[in-house]
Amino acid sequence: MSLTIDKLQQLKLLSQQSQLDSDLVRDQIVSEIYKKSATIADKVILKKPHKKLDLDTKLDDILTSRIFGYPIMLLLLGLVLWITVTGANYPSQLLAKIFFGGQEQLTVLFQYLNAPDWLHGILVLGVYRGLAWVVSVMLPPMAIFFPLFTFLEDLGYLPRVAFNLDRFFRKAGTHGKQALTMSMGFGCNAAGVIACRIIDSPREKLIAILTNNFVPCNGRFPTLITIAAIFFGAAAGAIYSTYIASLVVVGIVLVGIAVTLLTSYALSKTLLRGVPSTFTLELPPYRKPQVMRVFIRSVYDRTIFVLKRAIVVAAPAGAITWLMANIQINGSSIIEILAGFLQPFGLALGLDGYIILAFILGLPANEIVLPILIMSYLSQGSMLELNSLAALKNLLVANGWTWLTALNLLLFSLLHFPCATTMLTIKKETGSLKWTALAFIIPTAIAILVTFTIAQMARLFGLL
Amino acid sequence: MENNNNHHAFIHKSYSSPKNNERDIVIALAGNPNTGKSTIFNSLTGLNQHTGNWPGKTVTNSKGYYQYYGSNFTLVDLPGTYSLLANSQDEQIARDFICFGKPAVTVVVTDGTNLERNLNLALQVLEITNNAVLCVNLLDEAERKGISILLDKLSTELGIPVVGTVARKGQGLEKLKEAIWQLATKKISTSPIKIKYSQEIEEMIKMMTPQLEHLLGEQLAVRWVALRLLEGDETIFNSIEQYHLAKQQLLEGAVALCH
Amino acid sequence: MSSEQQLPLSALTVGNKGKVMLLLAEGALRRRLLDLGVVADSVIEVIRVSPAGDPTAYLIRGSLIGLRKKEAHAIIVNPIQ
Repeated sequence: MSLTIDKLQQLKLLSQQSQLDSDLVRDQIVSEIYKKSATIADKVILKKPHKKLDLDTKLDDILTSRIFGYPIMLLLLGLVLWITVTGANYPSQLLAKIFFGGQEQLTVLFQYLNAPDWLHGILVLGVYRGLAWVVSVMLPPMAIFFPLFTFLEDLGYLPRVAFNLDRFFRKAGTHGKQALTMSMGFGCNAAGVIACRIIDSPREKLIAILTNNFVPCNGRFPTLITIAAIFFGAAAGAIYSTYIASLVVVGIVLVGIAVTLLTSYALSKTLLRGVPSTFTLELPPYRKPQVMRVFIRSVYDRTIFVLKRAIVVAAPAGAITWLMANIQINGSSIIEILAGFLQPFGLALGLDGYIILAFILGLPANEIVLPILIMSYLSQGSMLELNSLAALKNLLVANGWTWLTALNLLLFSLLHFPCATTMLTIKKETGSLKWTALAFIIPTAIAILVTFTIAQMARLFGLL
Repeated sequence: MENNNNHHAFIHKSYSSPKNNERDIVIALAGNPNTGKSTIFNSLTGLNQHTGNWPGKTVTNSKGYYQYYGSNFTLVDLPGTYSLLANSQDEQIARDFICFGKPAVTVVVTDGTNLERNLNLALQVLEITNNAVLCVNLLDEAERKGISILLDKLSTELGIPVVGTVARKGQGLEKLKEAIWQLATKKISTSPIKIKYSQEIEEMIKMMTPQLEHLLGEQLAVRWVALRLLEGDETIFNSIEQYHLAKQQLLEGAVALCH
Repeated sequence: MSSEQQLPLSALTVGNKGKVMLLLAEGALRRRLLDLGVVADSVIEVIRVSPAGDPTAYLIRGSLIGLRKKEAHAIIVNPIQ
């Protein structure tokens, strides 16, 4: 049965015929329902004096207190990141070992079948390596971060974060709930964008969507951690290097948060002007999270997600990168040609052409940026697992890296355009090409501006 | 919101055809946020579900499957909402699915430690559909707070089956599946409580009923639509239109597939 | 004779309670507040304030709800013991 336009119009006419004030009717309806709820509840609930409320109150007294509230939040952030970083270390290495072993087997197989070199190149050195890198690098951190996040969520802590931070977000022209969507963005920016549904006001929701990118996702963490460890952590010696690396990453995250607030403010004064909406957030009672169940479910979900992404994004990207590195035109590979073209631009930003190219090629997924970069530098035509950070550092330094390059790479990684999945998600959530385009342009412009400024200032003051 | 139509069509398409096959029984899972609804969803469906690409409970939008007494059930986890009066997109989605998605049974999950506020949603659901089961969850928390609930009395008051659960411990879930199954296969019927409003409102409803019955036929709860029109809910027109549009497209699609 | 003192909820301090008399909010905010239980005769208790000074957490019908000053300003209550 289909409803014709005519019938819909009749419905509208009918509603207009009502002689009652619709607001009053709404009041009445809600009041009556509540009255009924209260009546029924009275009849069926037996309440004895209880003590549990005290624990909730005591917890809130600490977690939202003037003295402890914010330091605890910062500490928890650092703790979650640190656990993700250190916890992912061993599994990543293990997975890398397994995949490397698998690769040897594959190579043997290809030789046995007398397969042509280029086929081995594309499939094994390109596709398989791409898959291997993404899974071994992405899966462990994701499998740790998401359960931790869900744990905090189940606990009931996250609304307290929004409660503590709302005033700052309001001053930035947006909403306290953005703190929650940002938290989600740590795991995956696409997930963060979807989480923006919890923000009722369309204007504030859009601001949250456009700025979610400034929170580094799990795909960018390995890049941030590796570069931070090599260039900044190594200086402190092996024992402290993970702490220093975590600290640097926390610093980058704080930069991201600052940029989020500033950009939100700017947007709320220009493109997305409007009045602040309302807050109304429920602070649920604290609940004991079901650790095992959350863990198993999260690990399972994340594994599926990462595997899917590896197959859909990393595998083709690996193949394409191998091709570009090994197809020669006039004696240079395609990658060398493109990187050369981008070199002036890269240098202006305190980076280089290869880095810019790696970011561009990394549009489908952030986690392939570093492997592509390494491969380009090696110009051996395939992604390599470098077994030690020291070897990686030597490689980078040999290609002209300084602390400025490292710093600007961290910043560019933090601020640049969102990955393709996120952009598709933004398009779906906003239904607008215009805002999706802006979601690309605004972060990129900021990334360029920031790195350019820092590079010029460093050169100006002879800090190099 | 500018993309409301796109979003609606997308939701309807995914909600209109959630089944594995046509014989599946569709069950809607509604409730306030923070009621342990997701735990119930996960417990009932195990790993047989499409989750969105995030495990967080802030926003859920999933379908899962389970079997009971030889029947296949599709469980649709609706967003947690405080009410169905369409204040936000989530509420609209939940309401539209219960109203237009025509689930065989709607399960309303409530928090045993805060029943009064939670009953609000349950009563609203009962204005849309008679096929509902109330699940009072978090009974262990309630006990810890010194709250005990007379479930049988609650069932009598509401006129629908009421099942108590402690989902995190897996308690009460079999009884819940049983109640759902009984209602879905029409082994039992419900006579839900209906709320009476002021005389003026009731009179307006009476006046509008004949024409509404003529316009909507058997499809929608007339009284509920009348109330929505009276309170000035503008989203109702859009929802009806979208629902029928989606249904039309589905029918056309089904026809096209047959050729 | 009962004193029907009327104050905005925002004027109450932590630990105090008020009975809802009137809702000055309009539109979406009004509907949201109604849904959360801010209906006539509901008792609201002021529980705590955010370390930033705003919002404030209120106990409404068994739930802890955070409201900004601006929203609490639109709820008129009669303070009770």
